[in-house]
Amino acid sequence: MYRYILNRLLLAVPTLIGAAALVFILMRLIPGDICVVRLGTGGSINAAAVANCHAQLGLDRSLLLQFFDFVVGFASGNFGTSMWSGKSVAHEIATRIPVSLEIAILATVVAVAIAIPLGTISALHQNSWLDHIVRTVAIAGIATPSFWLGIMSILIVLDVSHALFGAPWMPPIDYVSFWDDPLHNLSIVILPALTIGYRYSAVTMRMTRSAMLEVLREDYIRTARAKGLLEQLIVNRHALKNAMLPVVTLIGIEFAFLIGGLVVTEQVFNLNGIGRLFVLAVQNQDYTLTQALVMLTVAIFVVTNLAVDVLYAWLDPRIRFG
Amino acid sequence: MTAVTDDTIAVRRSWHDAALGFCRRQPLGTFGLAIVVIAALAGLSAEWIAPYNPTSNDFEAMTQPPSLAHWLGTDQFGRDLLSRIIYGARTALIIGFVSAFVGGFAGLVLGVGSAYFGGTTDLILQRVMDVLMAFPLIIMALAVVAIFGTGVQNVIAAITVPLIPRCARVIRASALSIREVPYIDAARTSGFSHARIILRHMVPNVVAPFLIMLTAFVGQAILAEASLSYLGLGVQEPTPAWGLMLQGGAEEYASTAPWIAVFPGLAIALTVFGFSLFGDALRDAIDPKLRER
Amino acid sequence: MTTRTGWLSAGLSIALASALIATPAMAQAIKKGGTLTYMIPADAPPSLDGHKENTFATLHATAPFYSTLISINPDNPSSSTDFVCDLCTEMPKPTDDGKTYTFKIRKGVKFHDGTPLTAADIAKSWQYIVHPPKGVSSARASYMVMVDSVESPDPETVVFKLKFATSAFLPALADPFAYIYKKDILEKDPAWYEKNVLGSGPFKFVEYETGQSVKGVRNPDYYHEGKPYLDGFTAIFAAKQSVRVDAIRADRAATEFRGVPPSARDELVKELGDKITVQTSDWNCVNLLTPNQKKKPFDDVRVRRALALAIDPWKGAPALSKIATVHTVGGLVFPGSPLAANKEELQKIVGFGTDIEKARAEARKLLKEAGAEGLKFELMNRNVDQPYKFVATWAIDEWSKIGVKVTQRVLPTGPFYEALRGGTFEVAVEFNCQNMVNPLLDVAKVLPRSVYPENYGGYEDPKLIELYNSMLKETDPAKQRAKMRDFETYALDTQVVTIMTPWWSRIIAHRSYMKGWKISPSHYLNLNLANIWLDK
Repeated sequence: MYRYILNRLLLAVPTLIGAAALVFILMRLIPGDICVVRLGTGGSINAAAVANCHAQLGLDRSLLLQFFDFVVGFASGNFGTSMWSGKSVAHEIATRIPVSLEIAILATVVAVAIAIPLGTISALHQNSWLDHIVRTVAIAGIATPSFWLGIMSILIVLDVSHALFGAPWMPPIDYVSFWDDPLHNLSIVILPALTIGYRYSAVTMRMTRSAMLEVLREDYIRTARAKGLLEQLIVNRHALKNAMLPVVTLIGIEFAFLIGGLVVTEQVFNLNGIGRLFVLAVQNQDYTLTQALVMLTVAIFVVTNLAVDVLYAWLDPRIRFG
Repeated sequence: MTAVTDDTIAVRRSWHDAALGFCRRQPLGTFGLAIVVIAALAGLSAEWIAPYNPTSNDFEAMTQPPSLAHWLGTDQFGRDLLSRIIYGARTALIIGFVSAFVGGFAGLVLGVGSAYFGGTTDLILQRVMDVLMAFPLIIMALAVVAIFGTGVQNVIAAITVPLIPRCARVIRASALSIREVPYIDAARTSGFSHARIILRHMVPNVVAPFLIMLTAFVGQAILAEASLSYLGLGVQEPTPAWGLMLQGGAEEYASTAPWIAVFPGLAIALTVFGFSLFGDALRDAIDPKLRER
Repeated sequence: MTTRTGWLSAGLSIALASALIATPAMAQAIKKGGTLTYMIPADAPPSLDGHKENTFATLHATAPFYSTLISINPDNPSSSTDFVCDLCTEMPKPTDDGKTYTFKIRKGVKFHDGTPLTAADIAKSWQYIVHPPKGVSSARASYMVMVDSVESPDPETVVFKLKFATSAFLPALADPFAYIYKKDILEKDPAWYEKNVLGSGPFKFVEYETGQSVKGVRNPDYYHEGKPYLDGFTAIFAAKQSVRVDAIRADRAATEFRGVPPSARDELVKELGDKITVQTSDWNCVNLLTPNQKKKPFDDVRVRRALALAIDPWKGAPALSKIATVHTVGGLVFPGSPLAANKEELQKIVGFGTDIEKARAEARKLLKEAGAEGLKFELMNRNVDQPYKFVATWAIDEWSKIGVKVTQRVLPTGPFYEALRGGTFEVAVEFNCQNMVNPLLDVAKVLPRSVYPENYGGYEDPKLIELYNSMLKETDPAKQRAKMRDFETYALDTQVVTIMTPWWSRIIAHRSYMKGWKISPSHYLNLNLANIWLDK
């Protein structure tokens, strides 16, 4: 088992280096650079100012040297400073992590809580009206653009509160950590968690349904049925447990993909999280920050995938570590 | 001659039966297919069925609610929303299909190739796919658009690249299981060319998951364009495009002139919905494990 | 010389200001206390240093912490010639033929750390703005070309010596970014102010949550007696418009100080009625459609003329004003300025005529003559909705009416400027948006790149430069205005170096309980919150 994990971690090294090279090249292919962005927003770009800025940020050094710095820095856990704000990348990311993480976890909870029961019910009553409705709702969740859902959900809250209490209400727009003021904090994160969670639950529910359907046709379930075991028992004891394998995989993988959902949702709800920071870093052409964020996402992706595989194997004794 | 004709009829009848059977067994899927067909027809015949020019401004008719003259109302520039949605179907489907097919086929080639050749080729290709897979989608799209600008073809490129590894991964998994089958080895040893073995034996066996992925990709590509639009970097004015209509409309007029935001939103949701329903049904129909007995 | 208008109006402004300051107090008793929450419609700026940055986001976040030497009159901010003292005691009369300005400085002003602020701090700050030492950048050095030296002969006096007398000096001096920093800190670490705040303004710095919000608290030692009225403020960065409108609606914030589009104003007024107050002003910002003369066929003046002729601003402006933050048809000069062309003068310029059908017929003819029938090109734009993309959508449709087919390419800030600088575009949606209404300097935007580095039209034109210099040095207001007409006609009609779109319109919708604040023609002005009070 340890050898397997070690092996997988070793395989992750080329992935990380590849991602590093990709982000490094991609960012430098974007015309202009952070100096042009910084000086350009005020409309006073002159060649001397740009050169000065390049020198200050070390952008006048050779590309090879810059790449070397980046990789060595990453390997030694030093991400450097953000070219935009001049603050350390670690600080920039650390201030944004809590809100994003909170929403990601809440969204996962929402998704799992909705998806697994509904997916199971849907599978047990395949092609009934109930199944059709559940599937329709699920697919609608996948089909609706998430920013649209976000904008609409705030509007609905505003309109409903206006109608009910005579004054429009919406969640606060200044973030406070959960430990400082739980209620304030939850009222901020609940809507974004629901909008992300809806899409997430839709994906998970479909997976639960098809995994359940597959398992229900397995021989051992038929045998159990033939033995006259209670349907309830069959579902809980045998089917659900085995159907959970692909679902767990999906939840894990989707969790790693959440960052993509956060990019748009954090904009809609004006949350100062990782997703928004990511868009800003790309738009400001802040190489160091973008590079660090990409490496972070890729690392999370690799670790989650590994965790899912280990969990998978642990849940299913048929799978051996090879 | 007659024999051939009989054959053709037989083939037709079986297709016909299969289609009818599909409709009977998959009412939701049929509904989805109907939506897709309607969207496709709208996109193909936009010139003939759109009541107005989708790009011409009419300052006498700005932000008008739905009426007999403008069935779905007009937008900020007085343009007819129905006409823009009809033309937008074309943009959406071009983006959806081109991204899905290019991304899908690239994934198919890489996936099958990776599985068939195995060894170092597989190892290297898989690492490349890992990198693309782990790279945040929207960030890559943002970078691609920032590099090349916002033309329709650039937006397509931005959406296509991230689809490739996802397809390749699934196809490779399917292809791997075929590769181990003895007749592939037999074919190899009897000196058949790689191309022949791949095309004759491996590709047909991964067609099912491939088709399912394709239908899913079309919907995902349409949604991805909407997300890019929200960040301001999707298809641009004056091209009629749903994501673009939603971006300006949803942000500014959701409250004061909701029709500007609602109809393009519905168009996107319905079309993606259609593709997903159809894709699900297709999977149920193709995948024998899920087929009802 | 030119300065006559400058100090005349300045003198007038002091009289006017004292009259105006009294009015609100008489009209309604000012209530003290409370915290104002407003939004900054942008993402976090790169730094907090006003001397180095040029973005309004820096100003909206830090202006309440700082003092400036002079400023526009907060009670009459719509005037472009009404300046008042902030740290000085009296607006000076220039001596030495308008080339020397001697400011007397207030006594007893303290920085927020308790140390006294003297003329030496002011002089040092201005020296860094005008002639930054090597390795230090100043975003405003180019506006201060007329300044020769800044000295403080004693702790209560600052003397500005100019290279030449010009009425462009006082507006440049009132620049809202020209924060007064502490001399010791500047000398020790010129980068200190990028990440830290230490001023002498109406509010003391409390905290800056990276990328999210800025908080300030009342400065009890503020030198303008009785001010500020607020206990404190919170400014929240909110880049997306829908969030801002929703937040004002739900009273999560009282306002934002840049400007909202008409749709947002309509929604807020509809939903909130008299709980919302709307202030509107012409805005010293304008979008320009600039053809790149290094690219064919835009080197042909007939093609540029045709593009100008196709657009009907008189019909477009009123319609666009319902959906975008633009309003007034105008030429090169800000419409609120005495130097601006009146309607009759404007209508003589190509593209501002009254018979659009005739104009479009002529445009088609010109294109045919130039061999550019059925012209297709790409319009490059910035990724900003209001009003950039709105103006572009309108212009593209207008151009289609003379058979010109235009597609739009939108780029984020970096690639956009790179394309401008590299000249890789065909026609670009540019903008001219300056901190201070200072038309003499503002119109320099159309001067060739050899003179004005931020011009991207790709042309050289000695005659244009000659006309400009002659106007800048002209001291008689009437003659100067006439010379401005010549300059404008030559740039917009003879050469069509750029095509004007309607000037912007600034709409501020704020909660009615926010009192004491008046709109100005620039979102860079009147932001230190000292006059604001809450009627709650």
